Amino acid sequence: MKIKFHYILFLAISTVLYSCKKDNYEAPKASLTGRIVYKGEPLNFEYNRVTYELYQPGFGKTGPITSIFTPEGSFVHLLFDGNYKMVVPAGQGPFVWKQTAAGKPDSVAITLKGSTNLDIEVLPYFMVKSPLISYAAGKVTGTCKLEKIVTDANAKTIERVTLYISKTQFADSQTNVASVNLAGAAITDLNNVSLSVTVPVLTPTQNYVFASIGVKFSGVDDMIFAPTKKITF
Amino acid sequence: MKEKFLIAIFTLFILNQGCKKDSEYLDIKPTQVLSTELAFSDAAQVLSILADLYTRQYDDSRIADWRTVADFNEAFYSQNDQYNTYHGNNSWGFTGPNNFWVNWNYTYVRELNLFMERCATSTALDAPTKALYIAEARFLRASYYLTLTRLYGGVPLILKSLEYDGSGNTTSLQVARSKESAMYDFVISEAEALKVLLPANSATKARATKGAALAMQSRAALSAASIAKYGSSTPSVTLSGGEVGIPSSLANGYYTIALRAAKEIIDGSAGNYSLYKKQPNNLSENFAAIFYDKTQNNEVIWVDDYALKFRRHGFTQVNQPRFGAEEEEGGRINPSLNLVQSFEKLDNTFAPLATNTSSGDFIYYTNQEDIFAGRDARLAGTVILPGSTFKARPVDIWAGVQLADGTVITGGERGSQRTLPGKSAPEQVVGFDGPISGIEHSAQTGFYIRKYNDPAIGSGQRGIGSAVWQVRYRYAEILLNAAEASFELGQAQDAAFYMNQVRARAGLVIPLTAAEITFDRIVHERRVEFAFEGQYFYDLRRFRIAHKIFDGVALSQADLLSNLSSATKRSTQPYSLLPYKYYSAGSPNNGKWIYKVNLSGRVTGSDNWQMGNYYSQITDDILTNNPKLVKQPNQ
Repeated sequence: MKIKFHYILFLAISTVLYSCKKDNYEAPKASLTGRIVYKGEPLNFEYNRVTYELYQPGFGKTGPITSIFTPEGSFVHLLFDGNYKMVVPAGQGPFVWKQTAAGKPDSVAITLKGSTNLDIEVLPYFMVKSPLISYAAGKVTGTCKLEKIVTDANAKTIERVTLYISKTQFADSQTNVASVNLAGAAITDLNNVSLSVTVPVLTPTQNYVFASIGVKFSGVDDMIFAPTKKITF
Repeated sequence: MKEKFLIAIFTLFILNQGCKKDSEYLDIKPTQVLSTELAFSDAAQVLSILADLYTRQYDDSRIADWRTVADFNEAFYSQNDQYNTYHGNNSWGFTGPNNFWVNWNYTYVRELNLFMERCATSTALDAPTKALYIAEARFLRASYYLTLTRLYGGVPLILKSLEYDGSGNTTSLQVARSKESAMYDFVISEAEALKVLLPANSATKARATKGAALAMQSRAALSAASIAKYGSSTPSVTLSGGEVGIPSSLANGYYTIALRAAKEIIDGSAGNYSLYKKQPNNLSENFAAIFYDKTQNNEVIWVDDYALKFRRHGFTQVNQPRFGAEEEEGGRINPSLNLVQSFEKLDNTFAPLATNTSSGDFIYYTNQEDIFAGRDARLAGTVILPGSTFKARPVDIWAGVQLADGTVITGGERGSQRTLPGKSAPEQVVGFDGPISGIEHSAQTGFYIRKYNDPAIGSGQRGIGSAVWQVRYRYAEILLNAAEASFELGQAQDAAFYMNQVRARAGLVIPLTAAEITFDRIVHERRVEFAFEGQYFYDLRRFRIAHKIFDGVALSQADLLSNLSSATKRSTQPYSLLPYKYYSAGSPNNGKWIYKVNLSGRVTGSDNWQMGNYYSQITDDILTNNPKLVKQPNQ
């Protein structure tokens, strides 16, 4: 019995002795938050679609931290203090990202010291203005104005406008329960775009749905959205 | 006395061992590893090294892995762990599902380069053999670079083995990406050189021949040409350095090369190649036989070969009809209605399968197969249809019993029994092959795959396996390459001539006129002729039509059944065609078959092809190791 106690004591002491050493970095504390905005107004995207990359140069090989904007166009990171560069890869996002003279996406330099909030201004191809989503007699109706922002050589045409309704707040092309499309060519008045879709039978039943209006541009993968709205009926 | 003797003996041992020099003592030749000199000192040994390089040839779509051959809603994947990967999500990752679209195997390139270098200095081989072996390795290298180019666009072109000098500086090993056009130029020029070095022998299938070199040249030139021509419709899919994208001015030059290479094979200069027509009385079986008949098969030009006991695969094991299968599995690839209905009628017109009359009533068929009558013979050669047989055994595909009042009686298990109204004993109400939604390995779309399924006895058993070869190039592709290149060069008459040969073999004997050859026709012909052979993936990419076909919008039934001849028809979800037995005692239609178009509940996503999918991703680990590589566009 005594011997066993010795062993335990020995193990305990050795654990205490060796665990004393600092063997780890402190966890990152500085939070980097921000949104993608146009004139201060946040852009809305689809879930899991618009990617961006964060680089921290100066540590040998450079590889990106690849991440995805939330549907509300925001980003959150917990990082170490230091200098970072943020970039949206070419072809990502329903907006024009600044480019270098060589035609590569330009990076946003970020000096992180403590927590930083950073809103990044971009030029969306179109903005969905004053979206209005309502419910009546089994149908969800959405109206909005579309404002053309980019008018130079980078301008894109509207491929379609889509109203999505979903059981969850992800009312987008991936998780909708019903949707209706309006082809870009069929839009006569950009100031008065209206779509309506019948709410299907929901299982399990719920007395609310989420709805959002998205716009798809020709030759651009990612859609731009109006803020998702919860409708109770 | 005894001790002295022992000491003497020990001394002897010590002296004996001690005699050896230290350097000799430590330098023991391993008995299990062949040194380079040894390996290349014997002709048979060199051949076996070459054979290893052949078995490592890579194609994006491989029958050894069934999931690689039938993406893009040409089939439904009837296996529990695949529903979500293929039918539950909306987009393809930039590396493809299960990373199937990436393969950055520069180890293979290095070993091919090393083989050529070492073979050149070997003294064990006579000059002609040496030249042949080196030419074969060169062919494999060009072939692999073609695969890489079709996946990634321009990649680093490394043509000799690289040596690290130990200095800590790896810049000399970092090679930038070539232009996409330069990659195709490389493959074309290698093929040009190889066609005189390789034997013109159409009986050789598994090794490189003149025919294989020309076929590779034709395919490479056609890929380059179509990217040059149709790439202009997707201007965002280019890189300023030309690593991705080819200037449209080069299109005609490439089409000319593709046509010239195809014509060389058609003229017979590479050997005796022709369309496979051994079974003129059963054109569907004839079509299926291209893939399993290994004797005197003049259609096949180059294959990735298999042989029982040595190198085999389980394609039949995992795809055989489930009922009465040689193993308790099968039926994983279920061709979709999207593909099945795109096979033409014999009068060269497109029509959906007739399920209902114009007034909405069901159409009643006496035999299950009647609904497919009068169609392209390739349909039954590619797909196992309800009512047909495999290995002389009928398949049992029907989803339930339809009553006159509209109710459907069915069961949740394969071959379930229920009591029908007006009867006393339970009887079978659903086929032993399904379709039952969510029961894996059953024909959930109503179809099984026929192509590459091996009719040999035992091919479906795990312990035996199948030796069906994977066709890399065949004569029909050469004809369709010639047709496409002729069409693009404005020679529609020739295009019709080449395409009609392929169609006539499939029973479509009314020839198309020159005016009927269109872009849509060419895309369609390749889709049905090469279904499940891996060509569709590259056709989607090189014609730049994928983002139109997979636009992320759910496919409605009305969309599915209309506009069948269009090359850019939406196909975002795989549909099913379910047969039901009609039960109405006393009715003349009692016991006949009706069909219903259906979308499986397992299909919850609608595919969305992003611009970044046109080229596979060069992953971050590769990019960080070589800073000279530029990223792919739109990723």
